[in-house]
Amino acid sequence: MNASAADSGAAGAVASPRVGLFVTCLANIYRPNVGLAAVALLEKAGCTVEVPMTQTCCGQPSYNNGDLDGAAKTARQTIEAFEDFDYVVAPSGSCGGMLRDFPRLFASEPGWQHRAQALADKTYELISFLTDIRGMTSVDAAYPHRVTYHDSCHGLRALGIKEQPRRLLATVRGLELAELADSEICCGFGGTFCVKYPEISGRMVADKAGAINATEAEVLLGGDLGCLLNIAGRFGREGGRVRVYHVAEVLAGMADVPGLGDPRQPKGGS
Amino acid sequence: MEPLSHAFKERSVWALQDETLQVALNRAKDGFAVKRAKAVDALPEFEALRDRAVAIKNHTLENLDHYLERYADAVERSGGKVHWASSAEDARRIVVDICRASGARMITKGKSMVGEEVGVNGALEEAGFEVVETDLGEYIIQLAHEPPSHIIVPAVHKTRGQIAELFHQNHEKYGLTRKLAEVPEMVNEARQVLRDKYLAADVGITGANFLIAESGTSVIVTNEGNGDLTCSLPKVHIVTAGIEKVVPSAEDASTLLRLLGRSATGQDMTTYTTFTTGPKRPGDTDGPEEYHVVLIDNGRTTMLGDQFREMLRCIRCGACMNHCPVYGAIGGHAYGWVYPGPMGSVLTPLAVGLKEAGNLPNACTLNGHCAEVCPVRIPLPDLLRTLRHREYQLRLGLKPMRWGLAAWVWFTTHPRIYRLGTRVQARMLALLAGRKGRFRRMPLAGSWFRGGRDLPAPQGETFMAVWQRRQRGRK
Ligand code: SF4
Repeated sequence: MNASAADSGAAGAVASPRVGLFVTCLANIYRPNVGLAAVALLEKAGCTVEVPMTQTCCGQPSYNNGDLDGAAKTARQTIEAFEDFDYVVAPSGSCGGMLRDFPRLFASEPGWQHRAQALADKTYELISFLTDIRGMTSVDAAYPHRVTYHDSCHGLRALGIKEQPRRLLATVRGLELAELADSEICCGFGGTFCVKYPEISGRMVADKAGAINATEAEVLLGGDLGCLLNIAGRFGREGGRVRVYHVAEVLAGMADVPGLGDPRQPKGGS
Repeated sequence: MEPLSHAFKERSVWALQDETLQVALNRAKDGFAVKRAKAVDALPEFEALRDRAVAIKNHTLENLDHYLERYADAVERSGGKVHWASSAEDARRIVVDICRASGARMITKGKSMVGEEVGVNGALEEAGFEVVETDLGEYIIQLAHEPPSHIIVPAVHKTRGQIAELFHQNHEKYGLTRKLAEVPEMVNEARQVLRDKYLAADVGITGANFLIAESGTSVIVTNEGNGDLTCSLPKVHIVTAGIEKVVPSAEDASTLLRLLGRSATGQDMTTYTTFTTGPKRPGDTDGPEEYHVVLIDNGRTTMLGDQFREMLRCIRCGACMNHCPVYGAIGGHAYGWVYPGPMGSVLTPLAVGLKEAGNLPNACTLNGHCAEVCPVRIPLPDLLRTLRHREYQLRLGLKPMRWGLAAWVWFTTHPRIYRLGTRVQARMLALLAGRKGRFRRMPLAGSWFRGGRDLPAPQGETFMAVWQRRQRGRK
C-alpha cells in the first residue's frame, strides 16, 4: 500500500499547497533527520515543500522568560520568512504553538498583529497537518518494534494533538504501540526550566523514564525534540536500553539511523 | 507568615531529598487526579458548568462594589456586623478586638486559607488566647507548628507515622497515652480531644467558600462537620473571607459548589455544606449571639484593576496543584508562603513581591495541565508568563540570563549568522561527542547535567546545510 495522501483530503484542501517548513532550532541543530522526514511526509501528502533560508527561531526562549520585545523581534523575522506560503508546518507542537501565539506579541501594533494572525491561522504541527488538513490516513513504513508514545504538553493542550500520531502509527507494519501510563504528564523539559531548576526537572524526567520502562517498549516516540532530548538524556545516564526517535522519523520510514543519544554507527548513518 | 519564597531553590532541593516527604507525596500523587477525572466523566454538563462559573465570577468581579454592598446590607439586616479590612494587619486587629470585646479565652477555628494568609492564629496567640484548629489536617499541622502544604489537604505532607507520633506527644496531657497506628483510631482520638474544645470555646472563626449577596449568607464546605460545630456552638461566630468570595445568589453558589467538590476531591458534593446567616434569632434553638464578618482586601482590589483580575475567580479547589508535576515533586512547603502550586505561584509574588518570590513563576514548565483542570478556567500559565514579563521589566532576573536572551534575539534576527553559528555548533558538538553520541558533562552546561541526565549529541550537520546541498543537487 502506498502512502495515501488523501485525494479527497479535508474540506478546502488545496491540490498541491506550497508548504513552508519551519524546521525549529532543535531539529536544525540536533536532528536534521527529523527535518528530512518531515519533508518526505509532506511530499507524500501532496505538498510542495520549501525551506526559507531566512527562518530562525520561534522566539519561545524570549517569550517564556519575560522578554516580550525580544520575542516580537524574532517573531517579525519568522513572519517575513513565511507569510507567502499556503501553510507553515513545524515538526513540533511547541514551536508550532508559539507561532499560533504570535498575535499576542503585537497588541499595540495593528499592522503586525494582522500579519501575525494571518500566519497563525495557517500554521500547523506536522502530524496533525498531515491527518487533519491533508487527510492522510496511512503511511508506507515498516517498524517491527514495541514502541510507546509521550504526549508533549504543548502539542496536546495547545493544539489538541493526541489521536493523530496514534492513527498513523497504527498503519506502520510490525509496530506495536504500548500505551504509557501518565503519557500526559510533563517530562520536565520546559525550555529553560530544565536548566534553571535542574533538580526538579531531573526528578520529573526520572519519573517519566520509569513510566516508559514499565511499558517494556524498546522505543520511545514523541513529537517534540525538546522533550525527547531530555528523556533520551535520562536514559543515557541510566544506561537504559530504550531508544528515542521523533515520530516523524518512524512514519517516514527513516528511523534507520541511531536514536537520540545513541552511539554513532561506525560509518555514519543514512 | 514571614515568606520564605526567596529560598525556593534550596527548599525545593531539600524537599526532593526528604524521604519521608517523598513517601507522603507519592501516596497522594495520583489519588486526587484520578478521582477528579472520574467525577468529571460522570457529569456530562461539566464543561457547560465551567462556562457558567466563569460567567458568574466575571460578572461579580465587574460589579464587585455593588455585590459587596448588597452582601454587607443583608448581613446587617440579619443582625450581623460587617468589618472591612484593607490589609492583613487590619484583619488581625479586627479579629483580636472582637475576641477581646467578647471576653473570650478559648477560640476554635475552622479551616480558612485567608486566615493563614493574614496570620490570624499568630495574632490571637500573641494576644493570649488559646486557639484550636478543628479541621483534622489543620489540627495536625498546628500541633507540628507548620504552615499548610496544600490548600484543601493542609497536612498532605505528613505520613501516618508522623501523625501518630505528634498525637502521642501532644495528647498525653489529656490522659491519652496509647500509641496509635491506624487512621480511624487517630481520627477518633482527635475527635475526643476536639469535642471538649468545641464545648469550651467562646469564639468560633471560620472561613467562607462563598458569600451570598442576596441573603448575607456565608457558605462553607467540609467533610468532617467541624465547621458546623465551630460556627454554632460558641457565642460569637467570626467569618473571615476575601472580598472575591461574594456571589450574587444562592443559585450561583450552587453552580460553583457543583464544581468545587468535583474539582477538589472528586466528590459530587462534600459531606457537609453549611449556610450561616446572622446570629441566633429569637426562637432559634442554637446559634451564636454575635455574628461578625471580616471582609479582607489585602491586595485584591489591586488585582481587580490589573492583568491579574482573572486570578480572583479562584475558588480554592486545589485542582491546579493536584495536577502540577512540580508541586507533585516538591510538595507545598518549598513555595515558602501560604498558597503553593500554580495558583500560589501567581498569588505569592503579588502578595509578597517579585523580589521575594521571583522564583515561583519561573519554576514551571508551562505544561498547561493546571489550566486544563481549573474549574473557573484561569489561564494560570499565561499569568505566570505575565509575572515573568514583569520581572524582566523590573530587571529582577539574573543578569547572565538577560544577556543570553539579548544575544539570542540578535542571533535570530540575523539569519546568515544564525545559519553559520548553528552549523559550527552542530559540527563541534558532534565531533566532541565522538562515537559515544552523547555527553556525560560539558563546561558551562553544568545545570543540564545536574538534572541527572546526559546530553545527546547532534547528528553533525544542520538541516539547513543538508537541505541547501540537496537543492543544489536537484538543480
Ligand atoms: S486556580 Fe483554579 S484550579 Fe487552582 S485552586 Fe484556584 S480554582 Fe482551583
